[in-house]
Amino acid sequence: MISRRDFFAMLGGGIVVWMVDDADAQESGGGARRGMNQAMPEQVSAWLHIGEEGTVTAYTGKVEVGQNARTSLTQAVAEELRVPVASIRMIMGDTTLTPFDMGTFGSQTTPRMWPQMRKAAAAAREMLVDLAAQKWMVDRASIQVADGKVTAAGKSAGFGELTQGQKLTRTIPASEALTPAAQWKVAGTSVPKINGREMVTGAHKYAYDVKRPGMLYGKVLYPPQFGARLVSLDSSAAEQIPGVKVVRDTFQIGREGAGPDLVGVVAPDPQTADRALAALKAQWKPVTGATNSKDVYAHFKQTARGGAVESPGLVPYTVAYIAHTPLEPRAAVAEWDAGGKLTVWTGTQRPFGVKSELAQDLGIPEDHVQVLMPDTGSGYGGKHNGDAAVEAARLAKAVGKPVKRNWTREEELTWAYFRPGGLIEVAGKVTPDGTLTHWEFHNYNSGPSGLQTPYEVADKKEQVHQADSPLRQGSYRGLAGTANHFVRESYMDELAHSVKIDPLEFRLKNLKNERVRNVLMAAADKFGWKGRKKTAGHGFGLAAGMEKGGYIAAVAEVSVTAGAVKVLRVVQAFECGAVVNPEQLRNQVDGAVAMGLGGALFEQIEFADGKIQTNRLSRYRVPRFADMPVIETVLVDRKDLVSAGAGETPIMALAPAIGNAIFDATGQRLRSMPMAPKGLTGV
Amino acid sequence: MARITQLDVNGAKRRIDADADRTLLSVLRDDLDLTGTKYGCGEGQCAACTVLIDGQPTKSCLTKVGTVAGKRIVTIEGLAREAELHPVQQAFLDAEAMQCGWCTPGMILGAVGLLQRTPHPTDAEIVSGMNGHICRCGTYPRIVAAVREAAKKGGRA
Ligand code: FES
Ligand code: FES
Repeated sequence: MISRRDFFAMLGGGIVVWMVDDADAQESGGGARRGMNQAMPEQVSAWLHIGEEGTVTAYTGKVEVGQNARTSLTQAVAEELRVPVASIRMIMGDTTLTPFDMGTFGSQTTPRMWPQMRKAAAAAREMLVDLAAQKWMVDRASIQVADGKVTAAGKSAGFGELTQGQKLTRTIPASEALTPAAQWKVAGTSVPKINGREMVTGAHKYAYDVKRPGMLYGKVLYPPQFGARLVSLDSSAAEQIPGVKVVRDTFQIGREGAGPDLVGVVAPDPQTADRALAALKAQWKPVTGATNSKDVYAHFKQTARGGAVESPGLVPYTVAYIAHTPLEPRAAVAEWDAGGKLTVWTGTQRPFGVKSELAQDLGIPEDHVQVLMPDTGSGYGGKHNGDAAVEAARLAKAVGKPVKRNWTREEELTWAYFRPGGLIEVAGKVTPDGTLTHWEFHNYNSGPSGLQTPYEVADKKEQVHQADSPLRQGSYRGLAGTANHFVRESYMDELAHSVKIDPLEFRLKNLKNERVRNVLMAAADKFGWKGRKKTAGHGFGLAAGMEKGGYIAAVAEVSVTAGAVKVLRVVQAFECGAVVNPEQLRNQVDGAVAMGLGGALFEQIEFADGKIQTNRLSRYRVPRFADMPVIETVLVDRKDLVSAGAGETPIMALAPAIGNAIFDATGQRLRSMPMAPKGLTGV
Repeated sequence: MARITQLDVNGAKRRIDADADRTLLSVLRDDLDLTGTKYGCGEGQCAACTVLIDGQPTKSCLTKVGTVAGKRIVTIEGLAREAELHPVQQAFLDAEAMQCGWCTPGMILGAVGLLQRTPHPTDAEIVSGMNGHICRCGTYPRIVAAVREAAKKGGRA
């Protein structure tokens, strides 16, 4: 493993630009040219290197999980440095080579990392202009940078030529000026996915695919129930299998439900590891009295911290636990070197978080750990921690060889964390002319994201109540935004119907926020809301909202035939400031519809007696081709506004739009997500 | 236990030494380093593990390696000819029919098989022909568009 210091020494000549947070840059004299061997400043968020041969390499702690950050960040560099996209290398999520980053979540890559990449590239460009001005003794203003070349008055040089022999470093503050969106040439266009070719040829190596010399395969024994404790273990049969080593170890940090002990097997091939795991005879102390997926909503209320709120007018809605089900399950390969340093390849949205987790769990200094994150088979908020990484590292340490620990689908659907389930109780009052006068909203367990109503209402109360979660829970695309939007926008529909006002009109009447209004009207226009014609068994519904700097509206058409719900058409309008890459943005917004459909209609974790019953894809239904509606997406491009992220908010308005359409079709108000796991009864 | 010592993969005879009842998926990935074939469920639900066996899309997680000795196996790594992508691969790229790409190899091989059976499918035939494949990122409409485009261009099977 090389250290960061070695790495910078190895970089050789050229230009290095360090992008730092403003405060830090000021203290360290930001903006000034630095000397040859200047130490790297603190608080660096990105860096960029132009080599003597003119190669451009950018480094970020952000990672690629399918949301296309690799492409959009490359566009940022290409835009400001005036070089073709294809000539830029983007190093992501390598805890040694890239700067610290909290993680890739919360739709923060575009609002935060994207401008920083642009600033680093813009600074490098200006340094090249300075070099050319000195070398050719011409006025800076006469120098052009385009297509990877610097030119002026008949002279032309590649980036590398200008830096020859020198090593120039510069630290720049986050306030560096940028090319305005209206003048973008590469940013704002549909640059194709950078490594698409590796994906269609099978060449891209995901964490699941990593292989190291001498590598062995590890499996871990999990209890038959959440929280069951190991009483005794007879591993003699497993140990007799040639090549097998049984490992018993202790996790240093808590694993909710999994028990404190790590019991694993390591074998030369995955089949032998499976056989060895099956040969372990374990006795467990069972857990009794755990709640189940039917009673869990009452459980949330019973366990609410500070007590539940009881009021006769409150209408209960529920939202089930669901699983991210990234198609590539958790995976890691861990390798220790002779000096006690650990390298781990794993698919995670928080490589630096996993690095800390590993250091803490294995009791080694952080600088002894390197985490590498190959572009991963998706996450959706579900790969924030180092479950597989810690297991691989412990097993590898015990056997003194690199160990691969790939989770199975059953493990992923049982032992990963889930999107929280929730009980949400809501009440509202509306005058006969449709003015919202009172709003009360209590969310038990699912969380605060998207809690606040965008509607104008004088008297409102919105509260999150923490409660006991029987299942391990965590982030999910949009966090609680989906749950809170489902309830708010379904209940707004209830209120509109209670005073017999068109749901669109009712919303607009109570809505001042221009950006929400705009997407709502854009979606309704494109859908043809005003001219919609109801036929038997068909219904129309709409919903809107805002979160994380994104504004979303959805309009859905459904049919209900003999209890079967089919979503026929969805129109979404989405606005997230200036659009960075229209085609990839569409891909995200459409993908959110596809994914959101599952949670809206049929996805739910069923559990009882400390066991997950939906522990396979044959028991946990996710959306398929045949579930897809016609999807139409309207992108509202606001070149005058800063770009926000887009991976999450487009999932939030879909479920209520569908629920409202089902109500329109059948008169049934569905107040539980999923709304129709087994179809509807009574229609 | 019976052992399998040779497989015909991507036009080459590959030497292996595997129990006949191991899955083809594992032999491809773990023994032959052909990791373009993906695992998603191990129970026939997702089709991420699809390969072509004598031209037929087949779920390699449910296929015992003993049943395919002597048959022609094509994985995603064997689809392009030199630098030239297969038309279905090209169509997936052109349509941006992927996000994380984990489902992509299986989708492409499934589509190649579909177009062999039905060279000019309707959208409904694409949907029913591909419905066994899961894309968790939800790029389904783009995949339908890619298959439609590949069919339009015809091209080699
Ligand atoms: S891995 Fe074979 S069908 Fe899912
Ligand atoms: S692109 Fe991610 S699963 Fe299909």
